[in-house]
Amino acid sequence: MSVGEKGLVLDAVTIAIEGATLVERLTLTVAPGEITTIVGPSGSGKSTLLGFVGGFLDPAFIANGVVRLNGDDITDLPAERRNVGILFQDDLLFPHLTVGGNLAFGLHPAVRGRRERRRLVEEALDQAGLGGFHDRDPATMSGGQRARAALMRTLLARPDALLLDEPFSKLDRALRTDFRAFVFSHARARGLPTLLVTHDVEDAEAAGGRTIDLVQIRNGGSG
Amino acid sequence: MTIRFTLFSSLAASVLAAAALAMPAKASERDWDEILDAARGQTVYWNAWAGDERTNDFIRWVGDEVQARYGVSVEHVKLSDTAEAVSRVVAERAAGRDSGGAVDLIWINGPNFLTMKERGLLYGPFTQMLPNYALVDESGKPSNVVDFTIPVEGMASPWRIAQVAFVYDQARHDRSDLPRSMRAMEEWAQANPGRLTHPHPRDFLGATFLKQALYELAPDRSALLEPAEDAAFTAATEPLWAWYDALRPNLWRSGEAFPEAQAVMNQMLGDGEIDIAITFNPATAALLSANGLLPETARVFFLDDGTIGNTSFVAIPYNAAHPEAAMVVANFLLEPEAQARAQDPTVLGAFTVLDIGGLEASQRAHFASTAAHPAMPDPEEMADVLLEPHASWMTRLVEEWERRYTR
Amino acid sequence: MLRLAPSLTLLVFIVPVALGLFWTVLPAFGFLPALGSREFSLAPWRELVAYPGLRSALWLTVGVGFGATIVSFILAIGFCALMVETRIVRRLQGVLPALLATPHVALAIGLAFLIAPTGLLVRLISPWLTGWDRPPAIATVNDIYGLSLIAGLVLKETAYLILMMIAATAQAAERASLNAARALGYNPLRAWVAVVLPRIYPQIRLPVYAVLAFSLSNVEVALILGPGNPPPLAVLAMRLFSDHDLASYYPAAAAATLQFLIVIGGIMAWRGIEYLVVALERQWAARGIRRGWGDFVVGGSGIAACLTLVLALAAIIIVGVWSITHIWRYPDVLPSAWSVATWERYAGQVADIALRTAFIGGAATLIALGLVLACLENEQQRRLKPGRSVLWVLYLPLLIPQIAFLFGAQTLLVRAGFDGTLMAVIWAHLLFVLPYMFLSLADPWRALDPRFARTAAALGASPLRVFLVMKLPMLARPIAVACAVGFAVSVALYLPTLFAGAGRVVTLTTEAVTLSSGGDRRVIGVFAFVQAMLPLVVYAAALALPAVVFRNRKGMG
Repeated sequence: MSVGEKGLVLDAVTIAIEGATLVERLTLTVAPGEITTIVGPSGSGKSTLLGFVGGFLDPAFIANGVVRLNGDDITDLPAERRNVGILFQDDLLFPHLTVGGNLAFGLHPAVRGRRERRRLVEEALDQAGLGGFHDRDPATMSGGQRARAALMRTLLARPDALLLDEPFSKLDRALRTDFRAFVFSHARARGLPTLLVTHDVEDAEAAGGRTIDLVQIRNGGSG
Repeated sequence: MTIRFTLFSSLAASVLAAAALAMPAKASERDWDEILDAARGQTVYWNAWAGDERTNDFIRWVGDEVQARYGVSVEHVKLSDTAEAVSRVVAERAAGRDSGGAVDLIWINGPNFLTMKERGLLYGPFTQMLPNYALVDESGKPSNVVDFTIPVEGMASPWRIAQVAFVYDQARHDRSDLPRSMRAMEEWAQANPGRLTHPHPRDFLGATFLKQALYELAPDRSALLEPAEDAAFTAATEPLWAWYDALRPNLWRSGEAFPEAQAVMNQMLGDGEIDIAITFNPATAALLSANGLLPETARVFFLDDGTIGNTSFVAIPYNAAHPEAAMVVANFLLEPEAQARAQDPTVLGAFTVLDIGGLEASQRAHFASTAAHPAMPDPEEMADVLLEPHASWMTRLVEEWERRYTR
Repeated sequence: MLRLAPSLTLLVFIVPVALGLFWTVLPAFGFLPALGSREFSLAPWRELVAYPGLRSALWLTVGVGFGATIVSFILAIGFCALMVETRIVRRLQGVLPALLATPHVALAIGLAFLIAPTGLLVRLISPWLTGWDRPPAIATVNDIYGLSLIAGLVLKETAYLILMMIAATAQAAERASLNAARALGYNPLRAWVAVVLPRIYPQIRLPVYAVLAFSLSNVEVALILGPGNPPPLAVLAMRLFSDHDLASYYPAAAAATLQFLIVIGGIMAWRGIEYLVVALERQWAARGIRRGWGDFVVGGSGIAACLTLVLALAAIIIVGVWSITHIWRYPDVLPSAWSVATWERYAGQVADIALRTAFIGGAATLIALGLVLACLENEQQRRLKPGRSVLWVLYLPLLIPQIAFLFGAQTLLVRAGFDGTLMAVIWAHLLFVLPYMFLSLADPWRALDPRFARTAAALGASPLRVFLVMKLPMLARPIAVACAVGFAVSVALYLPTLFAGAGRVVTLTTEAVTLSSGGDRRVIGVFAFVQAMLPLVVYAAALALPAVVFRNRKGMG
């Protein structure tokens, strides 16, 4: 709880809706580079918890508790001020921009100059195996390519933490393993505290970190 | 209540020899009965300017009365400009509809009357067929037979008299400080900038403001009775424009904008935006203070050299679908009871076209009951009536004004 | 029968518009056999060019048209962007349909009552703050630059564009895009403009063009709030048309034709600006700026949009207040004497006109509903894919300035001896009621899960039975709303009523406009208030009726 602590900390987080409690006094620390997995069936509140951390909680929910990122309390910050990157189930590339345009949109504003920005975007595309895709229409790419582009867009924004909301569930099996490895390696390489939500045991195993089952916690068990 | 038309007709014959000569009393009696028969059950589409709610109410009352008395219904087609009705008749002629036209009766005078009369778009002459026409004052109120220098010749039936007056609030301005001529109006505006305006000249009252000034400023007044030829127009209006150029900067909103209609200007007077408003109805102050629009201290004044007066007529288009019913309405408008009601300042305050002196005592009694109101002008003040110039003057004045003062 | 529905609809639609336009353009070049002129000439144009103040009228027309459209558009963007985060703004959303149902004329009259030098706004701060013990000599209404006219148009067009934008944003994809952009650190206002607006713009393009066309060419709002000396081009054309001198018909036709060209040119210019903005926006998006002064512009215009909505509500209220006033002198903030005398005096007349207005609106709405349902059902039964070109055709009467084709249509109506009848007015209203109803009903109709119909068919129901027993009840709510929309459109129509009715068919709108040019504010108040309330009452009924009928069906919410 010291000011200098690194990583993502959830402190006594409780989320309820109309009397039903989804998450109760969840306390959790995710260290830099660590990938913590949250599992539970549909409706158990996994995505709601991510929404709370990311700042997108629907106003219908009542939430308590504190979220700290690298020692700063971000609980009441609006989503865009949290420096928390999110990957959703869908890639959500903006269809009106090119692939490069999408990445540039994500690229941190501290990077100045058209040429430098372009260079970093191209570099990210290369890393994702998407070299030469700068001017492509996202709609013309395969699901795997789009998923990688979405990750690079998120990473270019230089987040301090990463939230993964079942980003692999819509991909087919082979693609899924590749992309999962791709995401995890980037998250570890950048030392991002990462919270993964999934209902797939394989995802949890691949993540290699702790696994928290929301249903078990609620029923008195511990993660 | 039944009115005995035979009595009125014989009275008409005795009062107006001209009428008796033009149409023997016997013939017109029979004609009138036929007309009444034909009219029963018809609907008159009366196209009338609707910018004044009092008048609209009066027209509604007329409709109720003729329905009850003669089985004629009246539909008031509300116009913001009488020209709309004229152009409708013109359009119908263009489309070849020479009978069964949409317009049965038009409240008309001035250029619109001139246009319709010149183009043969009017039904008539018909006024001599109206039993009540005999009661009309043709000599004492010359505007009843000459409209803007054009002889009416029975093509339109008079129903109300209008005369220019100016409304002010005596709580704001002392009667002795008021401008009593158009020239004095310019000096007054200089002393009270922004407190005077006139309706846009497209509105007949706005045009009348200019005409009133023209009367006073034209080097030769008699020229105004002739059609406005180029040379005569230039000569007669030169002093007018000089005067107006001096006046305009001191008008409301520096003469850049004008109220679109009289009622808007009256509202401005009531709000205290302006202090003097021109009117064509000397009963305006009495009417509008009773109505709550103007303070009770509102009064009217006239100009030393007299003010323009004219008569409002109703005319029937040549292709009217219901000319008989239209004549019944025109005749009813001349009924002493209707005329007295119109003159009552709590109703309409429109001065009568009838010769009150020539009425029978019982008929005159209707007028006696007209309540005297402190804001009603003294009849003597109204004595100096100036006849309207030839209609072409108004048209040209408006055109020239628009040319000069429209950006 | 059903197969004929689209052709029949097009016949009702395109033919009169095209013929009307044709008979406006011909007299503009001197050709009008009805008046005996069978030779083409440019004289009408020369006459029009020589008309006093034409140049200022044109500048005014273009300035007001683009000004009102741009301001409405920016305000609507601000509102939608602000709505993402601000709950109060979201709550204001509820007044939008009410504002949309309120006729332009009533809003314009109310606005004049508010902002005039003697209006409520000045009274509120006078004389204690301003020292104005008499109304100030400032042209806040009918000003020569058309600013109050722009304000009057913005009052309603903003509400319209916001509703169109909300409808286009309804898909969840936009919401997700917005969250994705925010997760990248974008301020919600900027995120909305950067990722939502470009995606929904294609869907609101036609509504924006309709707003531009209306702002460039409307007559009724200009009559109430616009300058008169000179007026915008459309009013000038009207003025020439109703001139007692028949020769003015030719320059009037030329003015109406010019109005048509201005609207076409205006839409093309707007299209050009779109390309420019898209290019700039791409560059702007690639720079990755997360927040900046631009957000204040967006937020500020959002707040301005909220104020606009409040002002519009106030406009409706003050119209009602004037109707029960007896004496209300400047600078009193409230009337010093109240009275229902105006209502009593005009009760019969108002009831008459309101009934006629309701009859016309009801008839036009029902006819349009029949045609729209027939077209949609035909489309579904024959599995047709709705094309974009159909949408353009539907928008035709909304894009072509009314005066440009009503002018010629009037000539045809007179020829057919059909002018001035209720039927003619209903037909003219149909041209405008139909597209709005189609646009309102098409999406819910097409969105109905086709598996319902398949299930019913599998149970042996004929297409007609499926239509009557399943589709109509299931879609009762959107149908009722579409009817309310159609009715509101009809109630508000001015020029179509005036032209087709030959001035003889009086509705609440024509009456309110006539009165506003020369009436007592109290009487104007009565008519404008009833004019505003009639469509609102119908709208409320449309919402309530299906709710009452299906009160025991939870799934019909």
